[in-house]
Amino acid sequence: MPTVSFTSALQRFLPVPPTSVEGTTVREALAVVFASRPALQGYVLDDQGVLRRHVNVFVNGDLVRDRARLSDAVGPNDEIYVFQALTGG
Amino acid sequence: MAERLHVGTRKGLFEIVRHNGGWDIADVRFLGDPVTAVLADGDRLYAGLDLGHFGTKLWRCDGTSDWQELPAPAFPPKPEDADDDPHPWSLGKIWAIEPGGVSGRLWIGTMPGGLFRSDDAGDSWSLNEALWRRPERKQWMGVAGGEQPGISNVLIDPRNPADIRLGISTAGVWASTDTGTTWDLINQGMFNEYMPPERAGDPIAQDIHCLARCPAHPASMWCQHHNGVFRSEDRGASWREVTTIQPSKFGFAVVAHPRDANTAWFVPAIKDERRIPVDGAVVVARTRDGGESFEVLRQGLPQRHAYDLVWRHGLAVDDSGECVAFGSTSGGLWISEDGGDSWCALDARLPPISVVRFAATQ
Repeated sequence: MPTVSFTSALQRFLPVPPTSVEGTTVREALAVVFASRPALQGYVLDDQGVLRRHVNVFVNGDLVRDRARLSDAVGPNDEIYVFQALTGG
Repeated sequence: MAERLHVGTRKGLFEIVRHNGGWDIADVRFLGDPVTAVLADGDRLYAGLDLGHFGTKLWRCDGTSDWQELPAPAFPPKPEDADDDPHPWSLGKIWAIEPGGVSGRLWIGTMPGGLFRSDDAGDSWSLNEALWRRPERKQWMGVAGGEQPGISNVLIDPRNPADIRLGISTAGVWASTDTGTTWDLINQGMFNEYMPPERAGDPIAQDIHCLARCPAHPASMWCQHHNGVFRSEDRGASWREVTTIQPSKFGFAVVAHPRDANTAWFVPAIKDERRIPVDGAVVVARTRDGGESFEVLRQGLPQRHAYDLVWRHGLAVDDSGECVAFGSTSGGLWISEDGGDSWCALDARLPPISVVRFAATQ
């Protein structure tokens, strides 16, 4: 099963340890995590289900290409990492 | 007279209480996070947070219990035929949280211009579709040119909660008399000198920086408009320019006295692209005769090399009309206990202040 990990910056708001989940796309894998932590979805996706502007998702170190539908494929040994770019002061 | 003041800043929510004859910080929450809206409604306290990367959040504190995150208002799926909508169908910022005048009811005004209602004290929210689906909404303009339009004020008639007025930047004053089932753009008489002449008086093109309504006399309304100060005595339908305000007509904030229809406070600044106090002196302008004249209040306020600007929710008055407070983009906070005649500065350097609100008097 693919593993989903979240940036440490998110842990301040919602503690989410790395989790192994079922799924063949990034969206399917994230949906499993969101089902167990409903509040988490709004931190990662906007109201239309699109990745928030400053949130990135990597699969094995590569940025996902489909930020709107998150249709990028994932395999059983893949690592999905949800990351954000902090800015401002 | 109020005993407690909530101050939302770029870096947290500060609770200021009256203490030993002065005011001091009693508590800090959400330290490091931008707080864009606050409401103290009975024993409940609400805070809207703009986390930027992680979106907009809503929190509530019930009396003595700890804070809990509530579901934030959310837009429905964007229909395929809405591709020409210039504004996003996703929550940008919570700009106003207001009591609905009925137990459990709240209204939230947002960027990009969605109005949301809760009837269960914030546990769930629904978009006001009647306003959101008005075709004119596509003409609403963003704040500061490039941003999203925002509902900055939601003002109900306390004696008739079905009667609502919205101040929208930039889309004029909208009214409902049936709890949001239908809406009308009502403001006549406002004008923007900077707009193309044929659009100067167009009601939908009016940039409402802040709208205020006297709770005891809801027909009495005030507007700090991008182009100056306006006054209505017919629930926001017709407006006349108030030209007597000193030292300048530009600004963001206005509050109305809770009982006296003729009294209001403003914090003027140099227009428009500079946005600093006139002559580097922080002042409050107060009228007590319906805008016929103004007093410029300076006692206790910095009068030399002060560059504090007060945003649209940065000025507040309490239930008694005696306590007035305002906070600035430079983190200055001043409180008056005599209706603005004299001011005392909080002994702290706060982060830039977005919103200032008194708790109800016990």
